[in-house]
Amino acid sequence: MRLTELDTDRTVVVKEVEGTTNMKMRLESMGIRPGVKVTKISSHFWKGPVTLKVGRAKMAIGHGMAKGIIVEE
Amino acid sequence: MKDARSGGDKKVLLMGNPNVGKSVIFSRLTGARVAISNYPGTTVGFSHGEMKFGAGEIAMLMDVPGVYSLHSLSRAEEVAMEMLEKGNVVINVVDATNLERNLFLTLELKERGVPVVVALNMWDETRHKGIEIDVARLEKELGIPVVATCGLTGVGIKRLVERLTEAEVKKFPKLDRDHKWEEIGKMLDVSQKLRHHHHTLLERLEDISTRPVTGLPIAALVVYFSFRAIVFIAEGLINYVMDPLFEKIWWPLMTSLSSYLGENGIVHDLLIGKLVAGEVDFGQSFGLLTAGLYVPLAAVLPYIISFYLILGILEDLGYLPRLATQVDNLMHQLGLHGYAILPFILGLGCNVPGAMALRLMESRREKFIAGTLMAIAVPCMAQIAMIVGLVGSRGGEYVALIFGVLFTVFVVKGFILNRVMKGRSPEILWEIPPYRMPKPAAIIKKLWMRVSEFLGEAVPYVLLGILFVNILYISGIFNWLSNIFAPVLNGLWSLPKETISAMIIGFLRKDVAVGMLRPLGLTTKQLVIACTVLAIYFPCLATFIVMLRELGIRDMIKSAGLMLLTAAVVGGLLNLIL
Repeated sequence: MRLTELDTDRTVVVKEVEGTTNMKMRLESMGIRPGVKVTKISSHFWKGPVTLKVGRAKMAIGHGMAKGIIVEE
Repeated sequence: MKDARSGGDKKVLLMGNPNVGKSVIFSRLTGARVAISNYPGTTVGFSHGEMKFGAGEIAMLMDVPGVYSLHSLSRAEEVAMEMLEKGNVVINVVDATNLERNLFLTLELKERGVPVVVALNMWDETRHKGIEIDVARLEKELGIPVVATCGLTGVGIKRLVERLTEAEVKKFPKLDRDHKWEEIGKMLDVSQKLRHHHHTLLERLEDISTRPVTGLPIAALVVYFSFRAIVFIAEGLINYVMDPLFEKIWWPLMTSLSSYLGENGIVHDLLIGKLVAGEVDFGQSFGLLTAGLYVPLAAVLPYIISFYLILGILEDLGYLPRLATQVDNLMHQLGLHGYAILPFILGLGCNVPGAMALRLMESRREKFIAGTLMAIAVPCMAQIAMIVGLVGSRGGEYVALIFGVLFTVFVVKGFILNRVMKGRSPEILWEIPPYRMPKPAAIIKKLWMRVSEFLGEAVPYVLLGILFVNILYISGIFNWLSNIFAPVLNGLWSLPKETISAMIIGFLRKDVAVGMLRPLGLTTKQLVIACTVLAIYFPCLATFIVMLRELGIRDMIKSAGLMLLTAAVVGGLLNLIL
């Protein structure tokens, strides 16, 4: 399932990150990488950003990028 | 700007993820001897100052922009890597409440073979967040000195300085990315314990203001009440402090000086300006000692103080990244992303820091759109204060009309630029910091820095502007120019030819320019048009210079062309409609 399709308040594990190497590395250095648990806080209408909790930190991720994050319950 | 090499031969770098409190530690370490030459850009830039190093030695401390890794993935990372080449010792500031992610950069720094000391910052927040860290164990695992610190209270800072001398060049094996994370996991298993903790009120507010259903109404309320508070505080300061000071103390002095100087003549006009009905009038007598002081100190300063007070509170609370998240999808329609509200919000205070914040925009397209929109449709607080003071006397609805028009221009222009320009707006990816109770002392300190910056820069410029006005009047240049531009001003906007003087001074200072409209006896319609055109047609000189540096000459010419065109069209439309 893609992060954009996930319901809010659900905690899932990141399975795969799709996208350019640059983007993968940026996400990874911010702590979003395969095997990590994330909790979705919200998604915004009109292809707005997805916010999520990674560890103790909260992130806002653009819709396109969030679509590339494949998660598993 | 001070020479970057002043302050000893040793260079200490302050590095870490964004928003871990590097700058607070920076000011703690440099103390009163800070020589902050704030290099432009909120994150992409650095400050430097002097600090003690070991026994009696002085080293130069450099505040490096926050980064998550050392891979040139962004402009900030490029700057950080360039600076790393020059540093002798690195203080790696780490957010103790977020160790796992922060340690990734620590491992990367270690591998570089540069001496590193870790400052385990935000130490005070760990306890109530249910985090227990065994500092000695973490130090052993990392193999480099680790000191628990709290930048805000100063705990651990002395120890940090003492242990800097322990940092040495060490060889660490190079690990690939996966192994780094594995290593971090192992370290934390033995040195960190996480307990479940109960949510505080601030944490509950965090979620409420992030979700769009509740977040958008909250954003609207925050913006609305911020503006109400800004106007309330500013008008209070004007009515109860600055105006009485000027009227009761300064006015009698100026009146005596005026009669001493014989009530006219070149010296009189330079210092006092023209009298109105035989009296000194701070709004209309354009002398160095009258309007030259009244405009920056009594009309504008109160708005600067109240704006930066409210902005400081919102910044320290951590609200701005949430506002940016809420408006991200709307900003995409204008070819920007959510973080572009930062140059706009800063621009409301003064367009110069707004233009500097254009550095936060990664693409040229985005820089161009954000810069152009700011210069066209975001008036600075000095200008806003003067518009409120001048147009407000004709009725609040006209003030609202001017700002409504500017906002419409902002939206329409962004929408058009987004459609016309090639490329698309980039995606956001940023961390939303937790809410923190703003500390009054920190707020006051920041406010004082910004206000003194305003006083240091605005007052000389205003005085220079007033001097120019007088020289141009006396030499007859205004008269000559007004005849040349009369057809444009008159035909296009129905403005009297004398408004050219305000348009010309507007290149220097917008607040003085708006003030110059007062003695012209304009109708309300003319006032609205003149104020709107003054806001749109061109940025002030200081903003122009920074924008030129950020956009480059080609984009700046295009941008300036758009500004003039928009001023002509919008002013013309207002002239037809009103």
